[in-house]
Amino acid sequence: MTGVPIALDERFRATAAASGALDVAYDVLDDTPVGSLLVGVSDQGLCRVRFDPEPQQELERLARDFGARVLRSSPAVDRVRRELDEYFAGRRRSFDLELDLRAAPEFHRRVLAELRRVEYGHTTTYGALAAQVGSPRAARAVGTVMNRNPLPIVLPCHRVVGASGSLTGYGGGLERKEWLLRLEGALL
Amino acid sequence: MIRTASIPPFERFYETHKAEVLAFLRRRAGRERADDLFQDTFLRALRAYDRLEHGEHLRAWVLTIAANAVVDAGRRERPAAQLAVEPAGEDSRPAFEELAALTAGLPHKERAAVVLRYGYDLDYEAIGDALGSNEQAARQAASAGVRRLRKEKEQR
Repeated sequence: MTGVPIALDERFRATAAASGALDVAYDVLDDTPVGSLLVGVSDQGLCRVRFDPEPQQELERLARDFGARVLRSSPAVDRVRRELDEYFAGRRRSFDLELDLRAAPEFHRRVLAELRRVEYGHTTTYGALAAQVGSPRAARAVGTVMNRNPLPIVLPCHRVVGASGSLTGYGGGLERKEWLLRLEGALL
Repeated sequence: MIRTASIPPFERFYETHKAEVLAFLRRRAGRERADDLFQDTFLRALRAYDRLEHGEHLRAWVLTIAANAVVDAGRRERPAAQLAVEPAGEDSRPAFEELAALTAGLPHKERAAVVLRYGYDLDYEAIGDALGSNEQAARQAASAGVRRLRKEKEQR
């Protein structure tokens, strides 16, 4: 059996995304300075950023979190791709994207909302974030929230460091955390 | 305990069946019309997808949708033409097989509605979407099909 011509395949994917019938449209950005990134958008906004994605596993997760109508579509994520490109090139300091955090538990959403206010080029600590959401003893729990951040880079968990100033950890690996902080001028 | 297959992410469903659907459409409708019908088929499948109750018989399901897209397009172009509908797929699963044989004599819309309702447990709204009509029309088509089957059975 012959395959489906690329033009026809892409046309269907674009039409499907434009039809509004998808739960999530996603694409894999292969050549970013921090490696391969999967990005997903729902009708409510950006719903996933994942380093080094395992496509099959990630599809299952997206389907579980948002619904089974998940399809790869490049034009659907154009805006996210553009803003990320600008950020990596040092031409963007904050993202103008709607975010869809409906799959995150309530406590996570509260912490992530605070995280969003940490500005470009600045850092904060797990403990300080915990205090800001009214749970000053929950630094460890805040660490877990950072580790499970569904939208790394855009929600800047790389700007959260240990009380001593050490980088501590990063869901995408410490090298990436360091790279992002250097990009922003927060590390020399 | 019988475990029913879970519904795969649409991406996987589409990747699994797209080549076969396109080949089927090219055979049935010709190369020129196949591209538009391909879009039409998978958009119909997408609109009905969130109301699937299980992931069984998806191949037969999408081929049934494709067959109906061909018939609908033919009807738009040549309203008077009589277009025969062959069984959509050669799926060996019993539910579809039995229904396919049992419903072979029905008009295509009624047949598709009966198969999608009783072979795939789709609700009428989803069937309406899949057939490019609506919930009420799907309900009427399925009940007309069942009535016709009963009558045939009595006459035998």
